[in-house]
Amino acid sequence: MRLSALSRRTPGDIAFTIGLVLTCALVLFLTLYPIYFVVIASVSDPTMVATGRVWFMPQGISWFGYEQILADERIWTGYRNTILYTVVGTAVNLLVTLPAAYALSRREFKPRRVLMFFFAFTMFFNGGLIPMYLLLRDLNLLDNWLVFILPTAVNVYNLIIARAFFENSLPEELYEAATIDGSNYFQFFLKMAVPLSMAIISVIGLYYLVQHWNDFFTGLVFVRDYDKQPLQIVLRDILISNQAFSGGAGGAGGSGGSYAQQYADQIKYGVIVVSTLPVIVLYPFLQRYFEKGVMIGSVKG
Amino acid sequence: MTVTRSGPAQGTAVAPSRGPTRTRPKGLAGLRRHVHRYWQLWVMALPAIGFVVLFAYVPMYGLQLAFREFDFTAGLTGGEWVGLKYFRQFFESPQFWTLMRNTVVISVTTLVVGFIAPIALALLVNQVIGRRRKRFLQTATYLPHFISIVVIVGMLQVFLSPSSGLITRVAEMVGVSGANFLGDTSAFVPVYVISEVWQHAGWNSIIYLAALASVDTQLYEAARIDGAGRFTIIRHIDVPALVPTMIVLFILNMGTVLSTGFEKIFLMQNPLNLGVSEVLATYVYKIGILSNQFSYGTAIGLFNTLINFTFLVITNQVAKRLSNTSLW
Repeated sequence: MRLSALSRRTPGDIAFTIGLVLTCALVLFLTLYPIYFVVIASVSDPTMVATGRVWFMPQGISWFGYEQILADERIWTGYRNTILYTVVGTAVNLLVTLPAAYALSRREFKPRRVLMFFFAFTMFFNGGLIPMYLLLRDLNLLDNWLVFILPTAVNVYNLIIARAFFENSLPEELYEAATIDGSNYFQFFLKMAVPLSMAIISVIGLYYLVQHWNDFFTGLVFVRDYDKQPLQIVLRDILISNQAFSGGAGGAGGSGGSYAQQYADQIKYGVIVVSTLPVIVLYPFLQRYFEKGVMIGSVKG
Repeated sequence: MTVTRSGPAQGTAVAPSRGPTRTRPKGLAGLRRHVHRYWQLWVMALPAIGFVVLFAYVPMYGLQLAFREFDFTAGLTGGEWVGLKYFRQFFESPQFWTLMRNTVVISVTTLVVGFIAPIALALLVNQVIGRRRKRFLQTATYLPHFISIVVIVGMLQVFLSPSSGLITRVAEMVGVSGANFLGDTSAFVPVYVISEVWQHAGWNSIIYLAALASVDTQLYEAARIDGAGRFTIIRHIDVPALVPTMIVLFILNMGTVLSTGFEKIFLMQNPLNLGVSEVLATYVYKIGILSNQFSYGTAIGLFNTLINFTFLVITNQVAKRLSNTSLW
């Protein structure tokens, strides 16, 4: 249908098309070039990067940065912790969110309206940082790896998305048929609702997964023990706190100045690649799920 | 505890909607019957309810710390009542206006620019002809959304490095030499906002693209027959189609106007830009967690939350009046 718009070749349309193509090219370039540059800079001779001789192709290939990174214990500890928190955290998220979303989607479950308000209210109002900190302290969750799992066990936004999906996509007749066959709520949820809702479950699972993978706040505020810190805190120490330029933001941890200064930047480029690689590699496979999530989420904001 | 809380409400919710044939006992007895009959649904919902009570409502209850003198032995709600002492202390402190100004400047700029950019991007992508090209453009632009905040700030550090940064060199080519973007008080807000747009515009445009995809194609054809150019079509068909989505997203964004970006701002802070980069959220962290002034920190946090909440309610009311679109 839009093709017919192209077939009209008035001067205005041609100018519009040219402008459109140029704008799109610019947007693409501005989005992707920084990412591409990080990759080529991470394998280029750092001196050539610093003096501006690397633009589109890596120059003077050097793997020194990666050798340093792979030899760095901190990265591996961070990776290991983040994978643990992500896997366990996402499992807990799904185990808590999905049954609740299903219960709240049942029309005969009368308290559901009150409960939805009870959940949704927390999206707009909260106790803030200090009461949360003191609560976690009282629960002995500070410096405890469970702090990465328990406080974020339910994300209300994801709960609402899942509930809307259960409500709109599971036909009532299916439940009635299952009841006649002697199925109760638990059985119906496990045998019918979950298998029929794998689309939304993967979407929500991915949302939770990314949330855990990128979680920086929890480690910063609630955890002092460096052995329990997730990858993001390790990254902060290497990328930001150990900076040799721009005045230096104060930060705890990390061992500054152990690398030759000229390699500091190369190591940073490499660390960016190493830490973002899983996301970028999985991205083409995952992106349509994310998109689906946004769409479903927008149906019932 | 939660069970009794929802008790009366379920009784009242049932009565008016159902006919007289299904009268049920109200109050506690009705609740007991309900729980007995639907205990499986309660079991399924309870873990989530429990987590939200514990990690969302208990901290809300703990907000009274803002009006009490924190006492290590007495815990979250035990200290002596001091009323508005800590609020007064904050309003009278020399940092108050600096913090307010920084917070408002960063939030409002991000709100406005971050709100317009995805709409513009969606209108642009929507003009691209061909499904695959459109998808490619869209997919590429929301890739940065999945990069973590720490890595984004790390990228800003290496790109904006005064000695070797990519962007610093590009700036030199166009005649700006010796720029130190991360240490410059006038560059902080632009750097923050532009990087926010770079990271999130693509992602936030998905929902607008969905709205555009649902526009009736007959409208376009009718407009073309009437001789409308492509700009005219964008202005009179595409933009109006986005308005309801825009309003809802705008209200939601308003609700977080003063609390966005703690992590990123905190990571971007350095002694040189602190004068413009210290905001309420980062200040609460420093006062409360780093220097253990729990009551004072809670008071500032509560002040922040109340302003957010007020913004949300006002925007919602205004939107309801003007366009009949609202969150509640």
